[in-house]
Amino acid sequence: MIAIVAIIVILVVLGIIFAVMYNSLVTRRNQVDNSWSQIDVQLKRRHDLIPNLVEAVKDYMSYEQETLTKVTEARAAAISAGNQGPQAQAQAENMLTGTLKSLFAVVENYPDLKANQNVMSLQEELTATENKIAFARQFYNDSVLTYNNKIQTVPSNLIAGMFDFSTRQFFAAPEEDKAVPTVDLR
Amino acid sequence: MGLVVALLAALGYAIGVAWTGAQQGGLGFLGLFGVVAIVWSLVGYYSGDKMVLAVSGARQVTHAEEPQLFNIVEEMTIASGLPQVPSVYVLEESAPNAFATGRDPRHASIAVTRGIMHRLDREQLQGVIAHEMAHIRNYDIRFETLVGILVGMIALVADFFLRWSFWGGMGRRRSGGGSDGQAGAIFAIVAVVLAIIAPLAAYAVQFAVSRRREYLADATAVELTRNPLGLARALYWIAEDPEPLRHANRATAHLYIANPLKNKKTKEVTSVFDTHPPIRKRIEVLLAMAHAGPEALTAGAAPAAVEATPAPDQTDPPAGDSASARA
Repeated sequence: MIAIVAIIVILVVLGIIFAVMYNSLVTRRNQVDNSWSQIDVQLKRRHDLIPNLVEAVKDYMSYEQETLTKVTEARAAAISAGNQGPQAQAQAENMLTGTLKSLFAVVENYPDLKANQNVMSLQEELTATENKIAFARQFYNDSVLTYNNKIQTVPSNLIAGMFDFSTRQFFAAPEEDKAVPTVDLR
Repeated sequence: MGLVVALLAALGYAIGVAWTGAQQGGLGFLGLFGVVAIVWSLVGYYSGDKMVLAVSGARQVTHAEEPQLFNIVEEMTIASGLPQVPSVYVLEESAPNAFATGRDPRHASIAVTRGIMHRLDREQLQGVIAHEMAHIRNYDIRFETLVGILVGMIALVADFFLRWSFWGGMGRRRSGGGSDGQAGAIFAIVAVVLAIIAPLAAYAVQFAVSRRREYLADATAVELTRNPLGLARALYWIAEDPEPLRHANRATAHLYIANPLKNKKTKEVTSVFDTHPPIRKRIEVLLAMAHAGPEALTAGAAPAAVEATPAPDQTDPPAGDSASARA
């Protein structure tokens, strides 16, 4: 009698542990998916903002057509890379970030442009969107790290194996972000 | 939290016995206090944030009105992974400061002064918003709201009792005579002592927790922005500004990113009644995170020249001791 009760108790406890671990894996996976969609929203917003910016600055910058063309091309490439997985997408989006940076650098040379209210607000929106992409990527990568750790470590790796939880890819940072920061000793 | 509740209970019991001169009276008052405290807490829990915002004279703004501020709040919401962007408020004040309030991440508000938006650059403002977002994510806003209510109640009850006993309530009780009167007199003394000590002790508890939470929020802010210098510089410029906040009082002081009441610059030592750790210590900790020296604070551009925006005239909120301000 006691043995049966003991077995039942052990089974119930094991069942509860099992359920808790399974649920936490699902929660983590949903968090990864959700944070990925956050990045996606911001990337789309950037794609939508760029034509407006190009339109607003192109009359002022007749000598900088090359920079503008590069931005437009990088945008098209980034949009088409949208369904090729995080790695390809990250690469195309980082290209776009680079071309936008050079465009903003050029805008600095045009006092007329810097005084233009429309350009200024577009620039603020794009800066904010860049930041949001960076922070969404930061949160996504943190979520992926936690999720992958759970999948690969004992004991939750047993459940992950049973129910086909697979590790996710990180969203790689642009090259210059990876460079060792130079310490400024002034 | 428990300590504050216990203080309230002890105060209620002692005043009850002193007033009615009997044990039952003490328990009765304890029960009465319990009911009032629960009702009061519930009201404060659901509308305390609105009261705080109203008292500080904050006005809600949209993305169209303040695009940069709104964008920064959205950035920090994404970085913290919170489910919803908090409501954004602006205080038309030239002193630089900011606070967050609410009860949970879905019912949260961030308020900044006009002065902080003028004086800080984008990076520094991001640090400030990250600090406020940290208060929201760490549930400090809920703690501050609830403890603020209870501490406020202790202060109100103690104040009320002291005035009542001063204006002859005690004399009447003593002239009643008999053993009940004697017990009542002893409890009256206990009640007076408690009424004096309890508010001080309650404030000390609240402020001690508040100080620790500021350091934690600074650390969380750096986790969100990965940029300790932004917040360090923001705190530096806030500390440089000598102007006190017009709408701040003792009741809401603990909410702000930097103490809005005192001269923050020169203080080095922490006292039991400080709501914030010395701003210099906070900057030191942030600089250590950035592996930078104090000279990094002033590196780069100085903040933009202050445009004096005369705030619309508003009647001052009630002084710090009144109960409405603290709820």
